[in-house]
Amino acid sequence: MTELAQLLKDFEPVIGLEVHVQLATKSKAFSASGIEFGASPNSLTDPTVLGLPGSLPVFNKAALELALKLGVATGSQIRAKSRFARKHYFYPDQPKNYQITQFDEPLCENGHLDLIVGGAVKRVKLQRIHLEEDAGKNTHVGAFSHVDLNRAGVPLCEVVSAPELTSSEEAAEFMRALHRLVRWLEISEADMEKGHLRCDANVSVRLRGEDRLGTRTELKNINSFRFVQNAIDHEIARQLRLIDSGGRVERETRLWDADLGQSAPMRSKEEANDYRYFPDPDLPVMVVEGALMGNILRSLPELPVARFERYQKIHNVTADDARTLISDRALAEYFDAALEAHPKDGSGRTIANWMLTELLGALNKAGITIAQSPMPPQRLISLVKLVEEGTISGKIGKEIFEESYRTGEDPAAIVERRGVQQISDEAMLWAVVEKVVSASPKQTTDYQGGKDSLFGYFVGQVMKETQGRANPVMTTDLLRKRLGR
Amino acid sequence: MPSLTRKEVEEIALLARLHMDEAALARMESELGAILEHFSSIAAVDTTDIPPMTHAVPIELPLRVDVAFPSLDAADALRAVPKRDGDLIVVPAIIAGSGE
Repeated sequence: MTELAQLLKDFEPVIGLEVHVQLATKSKAFSASGIEFGASPNSLTDPTVLGLPGSLPVFNKAALELALKLGVATGSQIRAKSRFARKHYFYPDQPKNYQITQFDEPLCENGHLDLIVGGAVKRVKLQRIHLEEDAGKNTHVGAFSHVDLNRAGVPLCEVVSAPELTSSEEAAEFMRALHRLVRWLEISEADMEKGHLRCDANVSVRLRGEDRLGTRTELKNINSFRFVQNAIDHEIARQLRLIDSGGRVERETRLWDADLGQSAPMRSKEEANDYRYFPDPDLPVMVVEGALMGNILRSLPELPVARFERYQKIHNVTADDARTLISDRALAEYFDAALEAHPKDGSGRTIANWMLTELLGALNKAGITIAQSPMPPQRLISLVKLVEEGTISGKIGKEIFEESYRTGEDPAAIVERRGVQQISDEAMLWAVVEKVVSASPKQTTDYQGGKDSLFGYFVGQVMKETQGRANPVMTTDLLRKRLGR
Repeated sequence: MPSLTRKEVEEIALLARLHMDEAALARMESELGAILEHFSSIAAVDTTDIPPMTHAVPIELPLRVDVAFPSLDAADALRAVPKRDGDLIVVPAIIAGSGE
């Protein structure tokens, strides 16, 4: 059998994702039942959710607004007139025997999602984003299934990517990028534990250089970043081994079992391959008014990937730091507020450093988020300035940070009170250097005789004499001058 | 014009979850066929440049403000459910041997 790594040299995986995003509304898509994770079974239903005769669906305006936000943020074309359709299937999680979704006239088409892959931005096409209602939850227990309809009717956006992802890492990155975006825009709480983001993956392989797509399988039930990667890796390997041993990939739906770490073909007792879509007669055409679009456009903040690029290009932040800064909108807002308090060219990198090491370190230790930070950005900046201007050394700066974080006292006041200003006065430092060198005749002779490692000894002595306040750059210069090398 | 084959009638019955015996299938074959023939006479009308109409009156989708109202009590919601386990509905398993 050929090694997998060898097969991957000849074959390339092609992956497309369909991600269901639960929209952060208070009530369901087509009726006024509430939405609550973990509520007692079947306590969040109403005649519409239950599909009782005489009930009629009325669409939730907030769901439309959230979907529009996502559409605009992904550069999608928004359909001024879109339509809901019925997708028919018989399954106990859907008492109406059809799901209300969008079929040939979805709200959004031809958008894109920007991913950060290895420090660079990769743009992935989105075929469509449409609105639909969620189904209930089935739990299989032996020969029976338990049905809880609390989730039925919860509004979802289904985001469908083009088959443009070429590895499981990219697929996981797609999920992360979407997760970041919907949280950023408060479109969804995007709590993975609560199934707010659920992913199906279409996976195929083809010979490198081939234009046509291979036969794909659909993987269902992959609901964490890690499972996306594991499940896709597993499926790529399964398809390659199958082809390598002379077999053919069958078009099928496979269910990922995270516990076993493997997928199995999904066999339905009753196959219904014909969903008999048609426009829902209960729901007339959905019109997106210009005024509503205007509100959406005006409400959109700068998006995470745009900030990722701005932080690097304009503020000189490293790609790694920029990526961390945009991992959470509150973190990015803090950084932007700090930049505003200190708009000096090139200071971005220093500010990011203080934020991501000292501040995040302290916050993590205290188990609190940036939004709860006891140190506002302006105060962090006054510390950064003290270090930048050479009033204190970076080392002393860390001590001052710690005290200011703890007590809320202004960094400049702490420096003043503790008398820890850096010594940058050349005459004063020269006197210290002179004293240290004269007191160490042996070390001086040895150093001058070529024992380079002793230089650190002299720096240490100067720091000791000045309680760590000596300007380190000047100390180095003056010592070299005094010692003659 | 399109008359239905027996196989198509059987498929439709399966999709609609209707179990029909031979006599019923034979009857449906001719009845559904007659209905389709009626539509074929409508199909003769020239509809070039006429956009499809899905609703009889030209109204837009009304939208609801996002406010949650109290839901039905589980006891009421489940009144018509034939088999229950506590507040869960019990149905025969559809997918064999796997959790959701």
